[in-house]
Amino acid sequence: MQNRIEIKIGGHGGQGVVLAGQILGKAAVFDGKNALQTQTYGAEARGSLARSEVIISDGKIGFPAVRKCDILLAMNQKSLDAHFKNLKENGVLIVDSSNVESIPEIKARIFRVPATEIARKEFGEILYANIVMLGALTRITNLVNKESLEKAIRDSVSERTLGANLNAYRKGLHTKFET
Amino acid sequence: MMVEAFSPRKYMRDLKFPFCPGCGLFSVSDAFLRAVHELGYKDLSKFVFCSGIGCSSWVPSPYYIGDSLHTLHGRSIPVATSVKLVRPDLNVVVFGGDGDIVGIGLGHFIHAARRNADVLVIMTNNMIYGMTGGQVAPTTPLRTKTTTTPYGSFEHPIDAARLAAAAGAAYSARWTTAHPNDLRKSIKKAIQTKGFGFIEAVSQCPTAYGRRAGFKDIGEMLKWFKESAIAVEQSKKMSEKELEKRIVVGEFVQRSRPTLVETVYAMIEEAKAGAKQN
Amino acid sequence: MKSSASNTYFLQGNEACVEAAVIAGCRFFAGYPISPANEIAERMSTLLPKVDGIFMQMEDELASINAIMGASWAGKKTMTATSGPGFSLMQETIGWAFMTETPCVIVDVQRVGPGTGQATKCAQGDVMQSRWGTHGDYSAIALSPNSVQEMFELTIRAFNLAEKYRTPVILLTDETIAHLREQVTIPPLENIRIINRKKPEAEDKAFFGLEEVAPMPAIGEGFNVAVTASTHDEYGVRFTADPSVHTRIVRNINDKIRNHADDIADVESYNIDNCQVGIVSYGCTSRAVHEAVEEAERKGIETGYVRLKTVWPFPEKAVKRLAQAAKKLIVPEMNLGQIFYEVKRAACSAEVIPINKIGGGELIAPEEILAEIERGNP
Repeated sequence: MQNRIEIKIGGHGGQGVVLAGQILGKAAVFDGKNALQTQTYGAEARGSLARSEVIISDGKIGFPAVRKCDILLAMNQKSLDAHFKNLKENGVLIVDSSNVESIPEIKARIFRVPATEIARKEFGEILYANIVMLGALTRITNLVNKESLEKAIRDSVSERTLGANLNAYRKGLHTKFET
Repeated sequence: MMVEAFSPRKYMRDLKFPFCPGCGLFSVSDAFLRAVHELGYKDLSKFVFCSGIGCSSWVPSPYYIGDSLHTLHGRSIPVATSVKLVRPDLNVVVFGGDGDIVGIGLGHFIHAARRNADVLVIMTNNMIYGMTGGQVAPTTPLRTKTTTTPYGSFEHPIDAARLAAAAGAAYSARWTTAHPNDLRKSIKKAIQTKGFGFIEAVSQCPTAYGRRAGFKDIGEMLKWFKESAIAVEQSKKMSEKELEKRIVVGEFVQRSRPTLVETVYAMIEEAKAGAKQN
Repeated sequence: MKSSASNTYFLQGNEACVEAAVIAGCRFFAGYPISPANEIAERMSTLLPKVDGIFMQMEDELASINAIMGASWAGKKTMTATSGPGFSLMQETIGWAFMTETPCVIVDVQRVGPGTGQATKCAQGDVMQSRWGTHGDYSAIALSPNSVQEMFELTIRAFNLAEKYRTPVILLTDETIAHLREQVTIPPLENIRIINRKKPEAEDKAFFGLEEVAPMPAIGEGFNVAVTASTHDEYGVRFTADPSVHTRIVRNINDKIRNHADDIADVESYNIDNCQVGIVSYGCTSRAVHEAVEEAERKGIETGYVRLKTVWPFPEKAVKRLAQAAKKLIVPEMNLGQIFYEVKRAACSAEVIPINKIGGGELIAPEEILAEIERGNP
């Protein structure tokens, strides 16, 4: 169970939290680590809450559910409200500050990334916000190698959107964030 | 060229049919085997038989010398569909009764017609559940007394041949055992038609139907078939009321549309071509 | 997706199952939409045509399971995938497959039941259905993977066992394992052992019950094979009058599995001879065991486990051995006790404690198992 890192990604349906989790897990596998990704299933169509969980470890990953996470990516206010209690003390909280107005009083390292604003301004499409967030996550935590994450993006998105996705990733890697 | 004389034994194992004396299934099997003979098949090696449960399902299994899958009640059509998909070179023929095909197996029947699955379904319609002792069937005429309708049946019967046509069959015809020549000719035509073929053979069950319905003997039942038969064309001018006691016979549809085998194999070729490009 | 170093992919359990099926030689799939098994049909519909295979979405589960019967007799390796409700609908035909000795693989991705239950949530309630779901006397094989890697490996094994023993094999998985994504390593194809059904010689005529696993002809090969699930003789000819014919054929479909239970039954075990407490688990539930055992050992409690990779035939020998060492056996299950009674039967004098959780799909956590390990231990 050494170096087991648990990540929770929350947002509303359509924000790409599942894809973000899959890309992150894939990148960890490219790094030669063990990775596991799950997502909520149910009657969750666009608009309702969606959640994706990733566990990355150097050792064997047994129990596949995230109880207390080390890192929480909150893409909107509702999912932040729903999940912040599951964040470990002094864990990492990254919020899409375009969609989050108030952050509760918690002991955590907090990062605000205007991912949706960036996506709208740069690509005219807010749906690239998830990839901007992955860029920010990589820069903040070094959880996976930059190159592995880029490779995982190439491996996961359609040819048509690859250029925009890679740009979104780079934007995330280089964006200034407020702590 | 001399045509070899017809003999059912050529196509049959050395076993005796277990049917009651006077059963219509003797005529249905005879019509089928004569059709096969007239089409020039010396044996049944180019045929596969699928059947379900009921007396009619025993016609091919195990009596015909050929491959036969005796499946569960109502399930012969999906089995036949997959056999044909894997072996498009073989003639796949389903033998079943009315309970099997349009009772418990009705969903499969409609979908096979919709898909235009390349199988021929020969449904012997004796208007009763014969093997189980004469219970009412979805084909039983209104007000008929059966073991489960002692006061007369209170449901309208299904029109299987018309249903097949409406659902998309390539060929659909109905005859009775009193029309052996027409039956044989239609079977021949259906074997040669690509796509879903349906033959409904209205047939006598002297044991479970005839007795209770008040027929003295088989002759009376055949007479009933003959006298109540009315050609499709003629029936079109008649009212529902006038047709209530009639058996409409003839061809309900004959058409050409892409068959399941054709569409599936075309899709496979497309998928393979796409895979090569990538 | 492929990593550069090896053939390692990051796949969902359901996806790994399809990859394995195609490698095992599956060339006909028929199914009907149902959560949480849909990804299997979806990926099959993409992959099969590329390898000259046939994918059919049928009108219901009855048609699906019957279609794979026909295709199997036409010579193909076949599979269907479903969940509890569809699995229930298929049971009559699964009996047909036992009686006619038709090889095929049926994937059951378990969800919460009975009835419609919770269509998208994980459960393990079909354990007994996979053993006793159809009527009459038969011996079933059911495999239970606990990772995406095992979804791959046990799917290959399911096809191999189906072909070797000419019998339906059930891949009894669950929503958790089917939907989670993990890395899976696919070995070079030449290193994967594939078993194919024994084919008859030209002069063979007996295809049922005279030998343990008789050769299986395909339709259209000139054998004039008669196939029926009515009691039949060695030639497939229906013969329902003689009890001895029935006894012979039904004993045979049971014996061919029972006599080889040791070949079929497979477990992963740990510290089974020296433990105070033993855990018997399978599928998704077993994922919590490793962590619980590690923690218990840190606290000085000798703990061992048997994880069932084969649920049926029940790996009795391994469980008996565990029960000889341990005073107490714990059986966590996402049902109200199914394998529990099998363990109890095998455990003789050891105490057997169930941990049960149903509804909502939330897994039994390592802490819950640990608490039971610790109970009664200083």
